[in-house]
Amino acid sequence: MSSKTSMAMVATLGFVTALSGFLIVTVFQATKPAIEENKRLAIQQTVLEVITGATADKHFIINGQGELLEAAPGMKGVNVYAGYDAQGKLLGVAAEGSAQGYSGSVDTIYAYTPACGCITGVKVIKQTETPGLGDKTITDKAFVANFEHLEAKLDAAGKALANAIVAVKHGSKQHPWEIDAISGATISSKAIAKGLNGSAQDVLPKLVPLLSKIEGAKP
Amino acid sequence: MSLIKQDDRITLDTFLEGVWRENPVFVMMLGMCPTLAVTNSAMNALAMGVATTFVLIASSLLVSLFRNLIPSEVRIATYIVIIATFVTIVDYTMQAVSQPLYHALGAFIQLIVVNCIILGRAEACASRNKPLKSMVNAAGMGLGFTLALLSLGSVRELLGSGSLFGLPLFGEHFQPWVVMVLPPGGFLVLGGWLLFFEWLKTRKQDQVLGAEGATHG
Repeated sequence: MSSKTSMAMVATLGFVTALSGFLIVTVFQATKPAIEENKRLAIQQTVLEVITGATADKHFIINGQGELLEAAPGMKGVNVYAGYDAQGKLLGVAAEGSAQGYSGSVDTIYAYTPACGCITGVKVIKQTETPGLGDKTITDKAFVANFEHLEAKLDAAGKALANAIVAVKHGSKQHPWEIDAISGATISSKAIAKGLNGSAQDVLPKLVPLLSKIEGAKP
Repeated sequence: MSLIKQDDRITLDTFLEGVWRENPVFVMMLGMCPTLAVTNSAMNALAMGVATTFVLIASSLLVSLFRNLIPSEVRIATYIVIIATFVTIVDYTMQAVSQPLYHALGAFIQLIVVNCIILGRAEACASRNKPLKSMVNAAGMGLGFTLALLSLGSVRELLGSGSLFGLPLFGEHFQPWVVMVLPPGGFLVLGGWLLFFEWLKTRKQDQVLGAEGATHG
């Protein structure tokens, strides 16, 4: 009697979970292209916003050997997004940064302008920071002004940044590579700095030698 | 409860129960978490309502179809698996439809799984009734939930951003009442609506009492 009901329980749960798995896989497959297209459009829009004046963009991938490739689905490497103006002149290159914040990762897209060797814009694309405090990194005008001209020059060897990008306590910014943190949202400010520094230290040394190639590419 | 023979007939009341007399938000006070969290704009409220309604109807159908097969010992586990499946489906569909909307609703889409309204319907209605009746009842509950979210969302958006469904209504001189789109605004507006419905109820009772008093007098 009891073994019979146990069997019934196992059978029912087994059947329901199998049905559930089937339904989820079907929907996952059906919605995958649309979701990827939506994500691509969202990134494209952010890239055009973050690179001032850009009207066209092109997605490249720098692979493990340091080669520049036009992005195609399934490719592995570092994503970089070149922004061009209407005449096809390269204005800047956007890349992705990410670091742990107060409650989850803070993901950013930032614009690197080769002309000044600096970061000229940052957009937070995903964050789960405390509403009203940590999300000030998006709305606080004084904080956003940090990224109008944030120095990101390479050192003499071209292997890393000459000065690491760091967030400093509110009101103590002295150097062009420092980010003046928001008081009350220090951890979120630091997460953005850490994400930028981590990405810039890795991407810029690879990106700078490839700039002439990116300039030559037509959007 | 199981001894009571359930009425198989589908009446208008099967549907309207969830909209008015047993409204999940204003009467049963269920699903408060999404009710307070995502009603900062009318669009978010509508999307959340529609998503929940879909999960409600689809899970009611499956629970009702399998109601005689599910051993009572594992019924809650089974209901949760069924509900979680449809929530995942909604999650993918919403990502495919609109990324901004998906980000606005955030974790609250996944949290539909633990919305008491849905598990409550599975337990109280779908597990005891035929599929069609369960679905009609679930649709009514979903509509009631959506209307409740909309009544919160539109008031909050109107006062907090001066717009409705993103359309500015008051012109540029309107000073938004920002607290209304922040969490405290959710409690304030919910309290306001509850006060209004309680006033309606009390007034109706007074009228009935008054009428009785007149016949006795």
